[in-house]
Amino acid sequence: MEIKFTHHQSAHCENGVVSNLMKHNGFNVSEPMVFGIGSGLLFCYIPLLMVNHAPAITYRAMPGFIFKRFAKRVGIKIKREKFKDPKKAKARLDENLKNNNPVGLQVGVYNLVYFPDEYRFHFNAHNLVVYGKENDTYLISDPVMETVTTLTEKQLEKVRFAKGAFAPKGHIYYPTDFPNELKLESAIKKGIKQTCREMLAPMPIVGVKGIRTIAKLIRKWPKKKGIKVANHYLGQIVRMQEEIGTGGGGFRYIFAAFLQESSKVLNNERLAELSKEMTQIGDLWRDFAVDASRIYKNRGTKVDGYNDIASQLETIADKEEVFFKKLKKAI
Amino acid sequence: MKKDEVPQDKSNLESANFKELCYAVDENGEYTTVNSSGWDPKTIALDNAIQEINARVEDAKKRVLDNQTSPIEYYMELHKMDVNILASYVRIWKWRVKRHFKPHVFKKLSDKTLQKYADVFEISIEQLKNIEYGD
Repeated sequence: MEIKFTHHQSAHCENGVVSNLMKHNGFNVSEPMVFGIGSGLLFCYIPLLMVNHAPAITYRAMPGFIFKRFAKRVGIKIKREKFKDPKKAKARLDENLKNNNPVGLQVGVYNLVYFPDEYRFHFNAHNLVVYGKENDTYLISDPVMETVTTLTEKQLEKVRFAKGAFAPKGHIYYPTDFPNELKLESAIKKGIKQTCREMLAPMPIVGVKGIRTIAKLIRKWPKKKGIKVANHYLGQIVRMQEEIGTGGGGFRYIFAAFLQESSKVLNNERLAELSKEMTQIGDLWRDFAVDASRIYKNRGTKVDGYNDIASQLETIADKEEVFFKKLKKAI
Repeated sequence: MKKDEVPQDKSNLESANFKELCYAVDENGEYTTVNSSGWDPKTIALDNAIQEINARVEDAKKRVLDNQTSPIEYYMELHKMDVNILASYVRIWKWRVKRHFKPHVFKKLSDKTLQKYADVFEISIEQLKNIEYGD
């Protein structure tokens, strides 16, 4: 069976799944809207946790949080379930498809066969929509892909029960109840307020202060860890910032798009101006990625290079601090 | 980023024939989405990460042949895993997995335990015992 479902490509998987499921249910909500209302923007350094043998840094909220907050703020209800038993997980999925209900799934990327080999890492917070089943093949709408694709029962079970950090455990979710009209205005304000609060949080690992902490670490790495490891760490930061899903500039452009759209919804000219400013900050992040890549490309032994890009990060942190203070006042 | 500044560099995305979505502003300053075929700074970072993994695999292989570690570590690296991930896949305590890296411990492992590892790596016990098959 196949449910009539329209696939829209998006930059980021979680926003994309939510946006596509909302559109399927007759609410035209864009990807940036979901991202902004769900307070997706973040900067967080997670000490002690190593991903691919490098420090873990994230530019977005925890997997699942964006949808949770979005749902609460616009007033929709979601049902989510995790499973121990793959058979039960499969039964619940099939049941929903039979009821003509496309669902979101959290999956691991490593065994996702339609991804290019080079992109298949043990990353467990990917999201996709299943919108039908033909014989033993599931019809998949993966929002980061340009078109729809398929997975066999076995392949899908494998990615739903991937192991490691953030193991999906067959996580399935879908909206169950909608209000007559979405409460966008208040939702936007709540979303922005939380993002400002988090980016300006008085903690050394979160937000603007987190960026400064990383800048400090970058200065230390070449001496403390050696050039080789320092370059590997640096590469990891750039990958987290620019890898598929961020829409470029560590989600800053998506956030700017959200502010632009919000300025029209709220009739607030100030947000349009701030959107432009966020775009410029996004460009600075891109510049940082270019300069960082020069270092690990040439495997340069100059310590100067590290100090330069650390200063770049500090400039970005200063600008974002000013920016989020202004944004807080603008709404 | 302006619409015409969205990078269209060559990248490994080509092999899977897909382009990723980027957000950029058009001539009127309005946000829109543009497909990108890739961007060099990213491609280099990814290539470096893959080289790093390959080096780890080679190193593990050498140590297996020198009888310093067991093939389990080699296959773990080959599958881009670390001890945490491997332990949760085989459902064996981390400290025991680490112990299984010792060649003399590995030799005494029961077929039942070996099968657990073989299943995760999707190989036979024979292949698990002899990494030459792994190529």
